Amino acid sequence: MKARVTVTLKNGVLDPQGKAIEGALKSLGIDGVGSVRQGKVFDIELSTVDKAAAEAALKSACEKLLANTVIENYRVEIGA
Amino acid sequence: MKAAVITFPGSNRDGDVARALKQAGATVVHSWHGDSELPQGTDLVVLPGGFSYGDYLRTGAIAGRAHIMDATRAHAARGGYVLGICNGFQIACEAGLLPGILVRNAHLKFVCKRQNLTVERNDTPYTASYAKGQVIDVCIAHGEGNYIADAETLARLEGEGLVAFRYADADGKVTPAANPNGSLDSIAGIYSPGFNVLGLMPHPENLIDSLVGGTDGRGLFQSLVGAKRAA
Repeated sequence: MKARVTVTLKNGVLDPQGKAIEGALKSLGIDGVGSVRQGKVFDIELSTVDKAAAEAALKSACEKLLANTVIENYRVEIGA
Repeated sequence: MKAAVITFPGSNRDGDVARALKQAGATVVHSWHGDSELPQGTDLVVLPGGFSYGDYLRTGAIAGRAHIMDATRAHAARGGYVLGICNGFQIACEAGLLPGILVRNAHLKFVCKRQNLTVERNDTPYTASYAKGQVIDVCIAHGEGNYIADAETLARLEGEGLVAFRYADADGKVTPAANPNGSLDSIAGIYSPGFNVLGLMPHPENLIDSLVGGTDGRGLFQSLVGAKRAA
């Protein structure tokens, strides 16, 4: 079973890296860029085939390591 | 005072902090991140500076989950001293020993320079050798030293007097211009509620010898050794 975990900064948390990328995109002349926030994506292979078990394991992984919930939100998507 | 200095993969200031501790009269034992127990009789656990795990994921995130951190949390819960310097402060936050988190410097640059700090209080095990409000000259060297916490946590830190050091100018004025990384309230270091855990971004261990240009860092290590003697 494959899963994707996306970790993003919470609203209001300063994102200097996103700001720098935003500036670079604008300097490249790419039209219509309003703002950029940088996040992280984790593609995870799971040995289980039980969707509920996978969800529980990934939630635990996010809470314990993948995200720091002081500044970050996370989203779990489970594929086939 | 028996100090256990923990080495994580990528720690690089473990030798310097050991030297500073020995100079102050402490006995130093080196421990490894994979150990599950601290050496017998450990009074102080030191999480040294460096780049543990190459700063992968978030600074201090992986080291904060190392085996030795379970023993370190238990030590702190018993009232034992834990000192986290620079990457060690990041590790302490990620391990839940201190609240908040250190994020990328607001101006995005790695800063490596001399920096003045104010000593916010001198009635703690870490600062008794300084005067209250003293301005000390230390070194900073970090890319992620921007201290962030939610409003409630920040209010608690300020309300309970848990801010240990603030970035300041040479006159001790805490100004935005003297803040090298964007930290909230110019916070350079914080204590746990029992004042037994201290995390700070600056490197007091850099300035313990007049040969390298300053000795203002000595006071922190002398305070700790003195606190143990008095206990």
